[in-house]
Amino acid sequence: MAETVLMKGNEVIGEAAIIAGCRYYFAYPITPQNEIPAYMALRLPRIGGTFLQAESELAAINMVFGASAAGARVMTSSASPGISLKQEGISYLSGAELPAVVVNMVRGGPGLGNIAGSQGDYFQATRGGGHGDYRTIVLAPASVQELADLTVEAFDLADQYRMVVVLLGDGYLGQMSESLKLPEPSGKEFDKSSWALTGASGRAPHIVYSLRLSPEPALEEVNLRLQAKYREIEKNEVRFDTYRSKDAEYLLVGFGTSARICKAAVNILRREGIKAGLFRPITLWPFPSLAIERAAGSIKKVLAVEMNAGQMLEDIRLALWTSTSSSRNVVIDFCGRTGGMIPDVDEIVERVRNYEK
Amino acid sequence: MRNEDADVKLVYSMPESLVDRPNHYCPGCGHGIIHKLLTQAIDELEIREKTIFIAPVGCSVLAYFYIDVDGCEAAHGRAPAVATGLKRVHKDKVIISYQGDGDLLAIGTAETIHAANRGENITVIFVNNAIYGMTGGQMAPTSLASQKTKTSPYGRDPADVGQPIRACELLNTLEAPVFIERCAVNNVKNILKTRKAIKKVVQNQVLNIGYSFVEILSMCPTGWGMTPQRAVEWIDEAMIPYYPLGNFRKKESDHV
Repeated sequence: MAETVLMKGNEVIGEAAIIAGCRYYFAYPITPQNEIPAYMALRLPRIGGTFLQAESELAAINMVFGASAAGARVMTSSASPGISLKQEGISYLSGAELPAVVVNMVRGGPGLGNIAGSQGDYFQATRGGGHGDYRTIVLAPASVQELADLTVEAFDLADQYRMVVVLLGDGYLGQMSESLKLPEPSGKEFDKSSWALTGASGRAPHIVYSLRLSPEPALEEVNLRLQAKYREIEKNEVRFDTYRSKDAEYLLVGFGTSARICKAAVNILRREGIKAGLFRPITLWPFPSLAIERAAGSIKKVLAVEMNAGQMLEDIRLALWTSTSSSRNVVIDFCGRTGGMIPDVDEIVERVRNYEK
Repeated sequence: MRNEDADVKLVYSMPESLVDRPNHYCPGCGHGIIHKLLTQAIDELEIREKTIFIAPVGCSVLAYFYIDVDGCEAAHGRAPAVATGLKRVHKDKVIISYQGDGDLLAIGTAETIHAANRGENITVIFVNNAIYGMTGGQMAPTSLASQKTKTSPYGRDPADVGQPIRACELLNTLEAPVFIERCAVNNVKNILKTRKAIKKVVQNQVLNIGYSFVEILSMCPTGWGMTPQRAVEWIDEAMIPYYPLGNFRKKESDHV
């Protein structure tokens, strides 16, 4: 049984990556995730790993590309402006079907924005982010414990599907300290011998590439294969959590830090006898569309709560409005703050109280 | 059989590591010569099974189809970063970053300088043909002053877009590189010197000596709007006076 420790969110990501077997980490400093590179710089050289501070986010993600092509478990981390720079590399990783874990501890935007936590990168993360028709699995932790657990899981998902997995936290999660039990490695093994670059010894050369000029349908065939993989992931890898939602009349929907605020609001409302519940997507892609449709079937109103101007809101609308069940008629309200501001518990509670009037 | 005759000696054969297939390069292009020199070095050093070749974005993006080793594509300019990732995982493999002028000195300048400055134990082969070939003849960071290209139709004006950049001289300001040399492939004498330099930059990595860089002035008759014959002359007349051939750095390891 692992002992309980008190750790800071960002450092937990580093430790969990090491537990998952990650020995290669390349990154460029940016607030509010600087504890991750600092932790890796301290730890990796002592355990035979490589920490390298790259000259830019572009270089960092391409070092990730090289290490992943070599067959290693590898991670990079950054925050919003840095993640924008990494998008080129994420698209190339996706085209070449290379596994990698990319951590985004989101901060306020657009532009240089600020260094407070935000959820403004939801669209970027869940729609691929870079050029071309691709997806990344997006995991949204809501506690330091979950930062640890989902980091370990991210490496397995990346290797299993040979794709990029984004751990989408935010500045607040990275900076907060909570007690947790450090996870165990999953023990899953993934055979990379059919594609990894290890030198063509006793076999035909492997080539890691994303350029497919000919014959003509070659690139479309790749895209169809990717899409088939994405459909499989949508079927198998949806993760979500619910809280007091069984008999709820009002369903709050939030992920990450927003979900913590929603949970506090649900508790206050329940004490007042108002039947509120929480639905918390853990995978933002694949989005738990079916689950949310089922959860919303018997409720009066959905309230999406986000630290952005309403990005997950669109996925909720898609899930409910394209439904053939009664949930298509559920009214969807939205409460959000932008620029690194946090929705207030009292504001959410007041909003739901007003639904009763 | 004639070839069993003691008088007949095999004096030339295609390098084993060079794939026997038609390539996509234009007539008179220098890439074919450089591929051959590189694969000769790979054969002579007996490292085919532990070489990983990185193809850049540019005319040589498909080079991994011609060289019979593990191959990796890199985004435009990012080959040294990809090479860094590969080498940090596989310290016993030979990582070759093959790059053109736009890749190495424009979009990838930061990656070029920093990989060199870290002294990554990799081999960088820089093919300088003073133009963007693949995209149809645009101005390169190494296009010469007054050189006409698709994007400098009145000739490169240094007052407007700067002087062409000299890669060897630039890298020679750094501490870490152990070998820096500029060669050309426009005549037999220069090709033989290039052959030696390419073998050296690959061998240095095998011996763990450190970051080794060779720049090769190469022909692009299509991009330059010249006949192949005129193109080899142009290297002597126009390129070499601005990009002098020769060795800039040669550090030998203590234990070699």
